[in-house]
Amino acid sequence: MNKSIRKYFPLFVLPTLIAFVMGFVVPFILGIYLSFCEFTTVTDAKFVGFKNYIKVFQDKSFLHALGFTVAFTIASVITINVFAFAVAVLLTKGFKGTNAFRTIFFMPNLIGGIVLGYIWQIILNGVLARFGVTLQYDAKYGFIGLLILMNWQQIGYMMIIYIAGIQNVPSDVIEAASIDGANSWQTLKDVTIPMVMPSITICTFLTVTNGFKLFDQNMALTAGGPSHQSEMLALNIFATFYGKMGYEGGGQAKAVIFFILVAIIALFQLRATRSKEVQQ
Amino acid sequence: MAKKVARIGEDEVTKNGWIYTVIFTIVSIIFVSPIFIVFMNSFKQKSFINLQPFSLPTSETYVKWENYTRGIQQIGFFDAFKNSLIITVLSVLLIVLCTSMCAWYISRVESKPASALYYLFAFSMIIPFQMVMFTLSKVADMLRLTTPIGIVLVYLGFGAGLAVFMFVGFVKGIPLEVEEAAIIDGCNPIQTYFLVVLPILKPTCITVSILQTMWIWNDYLLPYLVLDITEYKTIPIAIQYLKGGYGSVDWGAMMAMLVLAVIPIIIFYAACQKYIIKGVVAGAVKG
Amino acid sequence: MRKKLLSALLCTAMVSTLLTGCGDDGSTSTSTGTGTGNDSETGSTRDTSSSTPSASGGKVYYLNFKPEQAEDWEALAKAYTDETGVEVKVVTAASNTYEQTLKSEMAKSDAPTMFQVNGPVGLATWNDYCYDLKDSDVYSQVKSDDFVLKDGDAVKGIAYVIETYGIIYNKSLLQKYCEMDGAKIKDVSEINGFAKLKEVADDIQAKKADLGVDGAFTSAGMDSSSDWRFKTHLANLPIYYEYQADGIGSTEAIKGTYLDQYKQMWDLYITDATCDAKLLGSKTGDEASAEFSTGKAVFYQNGTWEYDNISANLADEDLGMLPIYIGAEGEENQGLCTGSENYWCVNSKASEADIQATLDFMNWCITSDTGRDSIANTMGFVTPFKSFDDGYTASNPLIQASNEYIDAGKTAVSWNFSTIPSEEWKNEVGNALLEYAQGTGEWDAVKTAFVDGWAEQYQATH
Repeated sequence: MNKSIRKYFPLFVLPTLIAFVMGFVVPFILGIYLSFCEFTTVTDAKFVGFKNYIKVFQDKSFLHALGFTVAFTIASVITINVFAFAVAVLLTKGFKGTNAFRTIFFMPNLIGGIVLGYIWQIILNGVLARFGVTLQYDAKYGFIGLLILMNWQQIGYMMIIYIAGIQNVPSDVIEAASIDGANSWQTLKDVTIPMVMPSITICTFLTVTNGFKLFDQNMALTAGGPSHQSEMLALNIFATFYGKMGYEGGGQAKAVIFFILVAIIALFQLRATRSKEVQQ
Repeated sequence: MAKKVARIGEDEVTKNGWIYTVIFTIVSIIFVSPIFIVFMNSFKQKSFINLQPFSLPTSETYVKWENYTRGIQQIGFFDAFKNSLIITVLSVLLIVLCTSMCAWYISRVESKPASALYYLFAFSMIIPFQMVMFTLSKVADMLRLTTPIGIVLVYLGFGAGLAVFMFVGFVKGIPLEVEEAAIIDGCNPIQTYFLVVLPILKPTCITVSILQTMWIWNDYLLPYLVLDITEYKTIPIAIQYLKGGYGSVDWGAMMAMLVLAVIPIIIFYAACQKYIIKGVVAGAVKG
Repeated sequence: MRKKLLSALLCTAMVSTLLTGCGDDGSTSTSTGTGTGNDSETGSTRDTSSSTPSASGGKVYYLNFKPEQAEDWEALAKAYTDETGVEVKVVTAASNTYEQTLKSEMAKSDAPTMFQVNGPVGLATWNDYCYDLKDSDVYSQVKSDDFVLKDGDAVKGIAYVIETYGIIYNKSLLQKYCEMDGAKIKDVSEINGFAKLKEVADDIQAKKADLGVDGAFTSAGMDSSSDWRFKTHLANLPIYYEYQADGIGSTEAIKGTYLDQYKQMWDLYITDATCDAKLLGSKTGDEASAEFSTGKAVFYQNGTWEYDNISANLADEDLGMLPIYIGAEGEENQGLCTGSENYWCVNSKASEADIQATLDFMNWCITSDTGRDSIANTMGFVTPFKSFDDGYTASNPLIQASNEYIDAGKTAVSWNFSTIPSEEWKNEVGNALLEYAQGTGEWDAVKTAFVDGWAEQYQATH
C-alpha cells in the first residue's frame, strides 16, 4: 500500500506543497534574512548584521507595546476564562432556553475584528462621553475597552469548549460525590474542575495566543492612541513597517522577535498538553 | 431541548430553573445590545451619531436609508461582498481538498521526508502573520496572485499548516483495514481516497471548513497587503477604508456598513449553527 | 468519480497558473524591479515587456491624493477614455494612507504611471521614480517655476492646484458680535494680530449664550480626519517664521524658535472652543464642519477646499477668511497661507507607451474644455497654468478672500510643511498636541516631538 500511494505524490502532495513553499517557506526564510538588512524593496536589500535588532531594543514604543501586550494578555486570559467557565457551568444546569443562550453567546465570535472594533468604538465613546472623556484620552480606557471587546467576542467560543468538557464528565462520578455529601461548590472544585482540566488548558492557550497576536481589534478600536500608548505588538510592527520611511529593516526585526515570543508560548503549550496526556 | 445538556445535575432541572432562565434572558439582551445600537444608529444623520449614540432616531436625526445608499456607493459594498464571497468559498474548497489529500499521503507513507513535511506544516501554524507579511505580499505580487482568484493560492499556502495538522490527526484514527480492503478490491489510491477515505473524513472536512471560513471571511491584513486593493476590496478592507477619508469620518455610512457586514454572518450562523458549534469543539480538542 | 476528475482538473489548473505566474515574473521584475540601473538598460528590457497593455497605445494609472475630488477624477478619466479610447484608471488613497498606498502600489508590477508627491520631502523619497517633465506640454503651461519641483535642471513635479488656508469666519455672526455692547472691535479689519484675535475670541466665548453660539472656535478635533489642521497646517506657521528669521528654505534640524507662539495659538483653539478639550480625541472633521456651517462657532481654521462642505448651509456673503495670527513679530503684514502640496509626477519606470499616454492625459486635463471645466468649476481648483486664464478661473468667497489679501499687499505665508521630514513627525506632534490638550501630557512633549523628532526623522529618511 505504502508504495502504491508513493507514486501519487504529484497529485496528493504537490499542489499543497507548492502553495506552502510560496505562501510560507519562502516568505519565512526571506523574512529572517531581511531582518538583517536595510531595504525598501527586496531587490535593494543591504546586509547590515544585527543593527536592526539593536535599534529595536532602543525603541521605547516597542518595549511599551510589549508590556501592554503582556498585561493585556494576562488580563484577558483571566477574565475570558473565568466568565466562560462560569457561564458554561450555569448553562449545563439544565433549564429552559440553555441552547438559545448558547447560540447567542457564541454569535459575536463570528464577527471579524475590524467590524467589532468599530462597533465598540462608537459604544465606548458614547459611554465615556458621559464622563467627559474619550477612548483617546488615556490608554487605560483603550485597555479596558479592548478587554470588554475581547470578552464579548471570545466568551462564547471558550464557553462551547468548556460545555463539551463538562458534558464529558461522567454523571455517576458527580452522583457519587453528592452521595458522599459534597455540596455543589465542593463538587465543582474537587470533581468537575479536575475532570475538565484538558479543556482549561486548551482555552488558556487559545486565549493567550489570541491576546498576544491581537491586531484588527486594536487597530479599529483605538489605532494605538493616544500616542501609541495602547499599541500592541502586532500593530506596532505594522506601523513601523508601513508607517515610517526608513524603518523597514527594524520592522522586520521586530517581527522576528515577535515570532520567537509566539514560538516560546507554543512550546509551553506543547509541554503542558503532553504532560497532561501522560497523567491521564 | 435540554435533554442532551442535562447529563449532569439532572436533579436541578426543575428546581428554580425559571430564575436562571430570567437572569440569562436579561444577560442575553445586554449581550446583543451592541448590535442593536449600531443598527439604530445606522438610521441617524451622521453628525448626531458620535454625540448621542444611545438615543433613538428622532424626526430631526432620522435619515431613512440615506446612510446605506451613501455607504454602499462610497465603498462599493456589493463588489466587496462578492470578492469576500469568492475568496472565502474558493479558498475553503481548495484548502479542504488539497490538504486532506496531502494529510492522507503524509500519514500513510511512512518516510522521513513525509514526517519532516508534517513537522514543517505543524511549525507553520505558530507563525504570526506579521513575520511574513511583507515578504509574502512581495512573493504574491511577483507571481501575480493579486486577484481574488490568485489570493486563493496564498490562502492555501498560509492556511495549509493548521488544516494538514488537523487532517493528519483524524486520518491516524482511521483503521487501515478499510483502506486495505479497498486496495484488495482493486481500487487505486485515487479511488481509495475519494471512495473510502474522504467519506470518513467528512466531519473533519466540516470542522476545517468552519474554522477556515471564520478566518478568511474576517481576515483583514493578508488581503489588504496581497490583493490589488485598487481593484479588489474585501468587506473588512472596505470598512477600514471608510475610516480616515480626508476631512471626514462618515459615521453614518460606517454604521450602515457595519450592519451590512454583520447580516450575512448572522444568516450563515443561523443556517449552519449546529455544524459551527460542533466544528469549534472538534477543532479545539484536536488543535 | 466526478470528484476525482474535478481534483485532477484543479491540480492541473493550479500548476499551470503557477507556471505562467513564474513566467510573468521573469519579464516584469527586470523592467520594474531593478530601477537604479541606467536608462538604456532598463529601456531595452522594457521593449520586450511592453506587450502587456494594449499593444500600441499605453495606459494611464493615476494614484490620486485628494479624496474630496475622487469622483470628479473618475468622471474626468471616463470622459477621456470615451473621447480617445485610452484606458485611464484613477485610484484614490484614503486619508493618511497615501504614502503607504504609494509605497505598496509602486512595488507592484502594474504601478501607477502618474502619482503625487507633497513637496521636496516627498520628492526626495520618490526622485528615482520621477520622469523629467522639462520637455512636456504641461510644463510649458506653468506660469512660474515657483510651482514646480526641480532636481538640478530636471523638472520632477508640477503643482496642479494652488490652495489657501486661514481662519474661516462667519461674517454675519462676527458682525452681530461687533454690534453688541462692549464689543472689543467694531469691524473685522481691526483684527490684525494675535493679541486682538485672542481678545475677541475670549470675549465671544464669554458672551456665547448671547450670541447663540457654542464657542468662538469650532472643536479642534484630533481624530485622523481633522488632526492635520493642527499637526500640519498650524505647525506651518512656527516653521515659516523660523525659516524667515534664519533666511532658509528647509533645515535638517529645526530649533523651535516660535514654539511659544504655536502654544498660545493652540491654547486659544482648545480654550475658546465649542467642546471640552478632553473630548478632542474623537472629534472628527465632519463635526467641526457641521458646527461652523450651522452657526455654532464663529471661527474655523481650514482652507479653500472646505468651501463645498460649508456652503450648503451658509450664504457666500457670510464667508470670510482671516490670516492665522500666532503672535510673531510683523504679523500685521501677514496674509493667508498659500501654496501647494499636490505635485503631479510621472513614473519614469513605466513603459514608454504608458509615459506618453500619461503625459497626453495630463495635457488634456489642463487644456481641453472638458478638463478645464472639471478642474476649475467642478473641483473648484485654482491652478498655476496659463491655459486656465481664458475664462476658467475658479471662484468662491474663500478664494476671493485670498486674492484680496494679495491685492492689499500682504505677504502670503508659504507652505513650508512640505519640508517636514516625514509623516511620522506630524503624527508624533499630533499625538503630543492631543495629550497636552486633554491634560494628560505636558507641552514639553510637543517640544520634544517638534524639535528632537525633526532631527531624528530627518536622519532616518536621508
